Amino acid sequence: MRKLQGWKDIPTGTAIVKAGSSVEYLTGGWRDARPEHDKGKCTNCLLCWVYCPEGAITVKDDQVTGINYDYCKGCGICATECPPKVKAITMVEEPKLM
Amino acid sequence: MSDLIEIRWHSRGGQGAMLAVRTLARAVIKDNKYAQGLPEFGPERMGAPIKAYNRFSTQPFSLYCGIVNPHVVVLLDPSVTKLVDVTEGIYADSKLLVNIELSTQEVREKLKLKNGIVYVVNATKIAQETLGRPMPNTPMMGALIKIVPVISLEVLLDEVAREFKEKFTPRVVEANLAAIKRGYEEVSGE
Amino acid sequence: MARLAALTGNNAAAEAIRQIKPDVFAAYPITPQTEMAEEVAQYVADGILETEYIPVESEHSSMSACIGASLAGVRAMTATASCGLAYMWELLPIAASMRTSIVMAVVNRAFNAPLNIHCSHDDSMGARDAGWIQLYSENAQEMYDNLIQAVKIAEDEKIRLPVMVCMDGFIISHAVERLLLLADEEVKNFLGEFKSAHPLLEVNNPVTLGACALPDYYTEHKKQHSEALRHSLGKIMEVADEYARLSGRSYSLFESYQLADAEYGIVILNSAAGVTRTVVDKLRKEGIKAGLLKIRVYRPFPATQIVQALKNLKAIAVLERTDSFGGVGSPVFTDISAAFMEAPTKERPLMINYIYGLGGRDVGLEDIEKVYASLQVINQRGKIEKSFAYLQARE
Repeated sequence: MRKLQGWKDIPTGTAIVKAGSSVEYLTGGWRDARPEHDKGKCTNCLLCWVYCPEGAITVKDDQVTGINYDYCKGCGICATECPPKVKAITMVEEPKLM
Repeated sequence: MSDLIEIRWHSRGGQGAMLAVRTLARAVIKDNKYAQGLPEFGPERMGAPIKAYNRFSTQPFSLYCGIVNPHVVVLLDPSVTKLVDVTEGIYADSKLLVNIELSTQEVREKLKLKNGIVYVVNATKIAQETLGRPMPNTPMMGALIKIVPVISLEVLLDEVAREFKEKFTPRVVEANLAAIKRGYEEVSGE
Repeated sequence: MARLAALTGNNAAAEAIRQIKPDVFAAYPITPQTEMAEEVAQYVADGILETEYIPVESEHSSMSACIGASLAGVRAMTATASCGLAYMWELLPIAASMRTSIVMAVVNRAFNAPLNIHCSHDDSMGARDAGWIQLYSENAQEMYDNLIQAVKIAEDEKIRLPVMVCMDGFIISHAVERLLLLADEEVKNFLGEFKSAHPLLEVNNPVTLGACALPDYYTEHKKQHSEALRHSLGKIMEVADEYARLSGRSYSLFESYQLADAEYGIVILNSAAGVTRTVVDKLRKEGIKAGLLKIRVYRPFPATQIVQALKNLKAIAVLERTDSFGGVGSPVFTDISAAFMEAPTKERPLMINYIYGLGGRDVGLEDIEKVYASLQVINQRGKIEKSFAYLQARE
């Protein structure tokens, strides 16, 4: 669980003083369905990488290597944008209880 | 004891009363005394009757209000008497300085004055002859410091020369200085 | 060395701004502040003042530009009046809660309607809850002195809050009076350089300012702002003391004039305090124990100190140049009433609220004398029949 800070501890003037602090905010828990990537079908067209609003598609040497589930919110845009003839990304429901 | 002198100017917007009260205040302050030049209407409305105030003293004062009981009333434009009671609140020995071609006796009769001391100067004529324009404010300033000698004529001339040379040509500055001197010399009283 | 000067309130404010040397001055001219904005523009055009003068298209923009400039890490100033201040409204709490160090000259002017360009305190009093520090000035000298002190207060690292410095429209802004000015070097040394807490342009230390805060954090931000404002009184006094050493002119949270043994008191702000002081002198000569409390720092409200100064009086009139329509009384009256409610003292004077001087209505010696006379009547009766009244309204 996230620990909330008191008024004396937060920076003055509504400032967020640490650059890149959003890295610490893991949004993976928002997901109710996860995209699963099939390397065998993938043509590395990178449309998923272009469209992903969270930058959660991991790429190395122009090859899609997978999905960063720490940040993926499960929106499904990647699965929708993956060309119908390829269908390398399928949405799979997350378990209801951990 | 306070030696505060309160002066109420009556004129019409556009005749230079605001400039007169401000310039006089600046001259008196430069002479290391205390003064205030307070126009009643900020943006003067051309032609409308207006009031403006001067306070002079050798001591500090903190009166940020109009003048109800003036020691001196300056009538820059006597025609405002049709619209305003210019003698309102005056003392028995208050001075009335009027820009007019009439004698003090005639002014007293026309205004039905029971008290006060009348001074006259034809400031509009002086202005016409010196400036070529009917701007009576500068000769009236000269006349005023003659009857209220809070500063010398030289101090006033210095201040007007300093202020006017930033806005006007040397010829206009000289004409205004001449107008002040003539106002100072030509004012006469009861 | 002090310089003797003969200036209007607007001239004096422009002179202070010239000496303060803001990096950015973003203003929109509005009566009765116009002369001030014009003079600053002239200084910049003449090369006398090195300032980025932003001729904005509205007050909404002038305040926005100042917020951006202050957060970027430079000294930002503006000036306005009446509807201009109202048009800034949306930005005022942003400037405050983002802890900018903006200093704004306010030339108090009435709100429309009916259209009026003269003095009421509707504008700054309406903005009293925006989270700014507010200083009020009786005359041109105080406007000049308060503006310079305001910059030091606003930029202090323990405060970092914007400051509004107010003077009365026309009565002070357009009247020539005598004052003493500091040398340019003295002002420069007194103020030092502005150091922003989180300068936006420091590229090696990037920050995000003004991000969203949801219900889980919004309260903490407001609490922090509230505490900063409440605790600024001490620093405001420190700055006043330092300024007194430099200028020889002493300032406090409020001026107590003949209050120590007074029976009847008037609480008032700005130029009418001068008229009131003159009446106090007159009444004292007649043996009437009159006194005056002139508020200089209205936000934060020096509640404890004001209760201490007023608690032994018999009757007080709080005179205000604005009506808090439909309220218990106008702003200062309500604040003083609340201050007495929470004070440990049981002693409290009878207190009445008079609305005066609206839209530039002249308030003279007779008006103030009437108020002191009414306080004597109230004291004899031992009670107040109506705690709220218009002083000068014709029936």
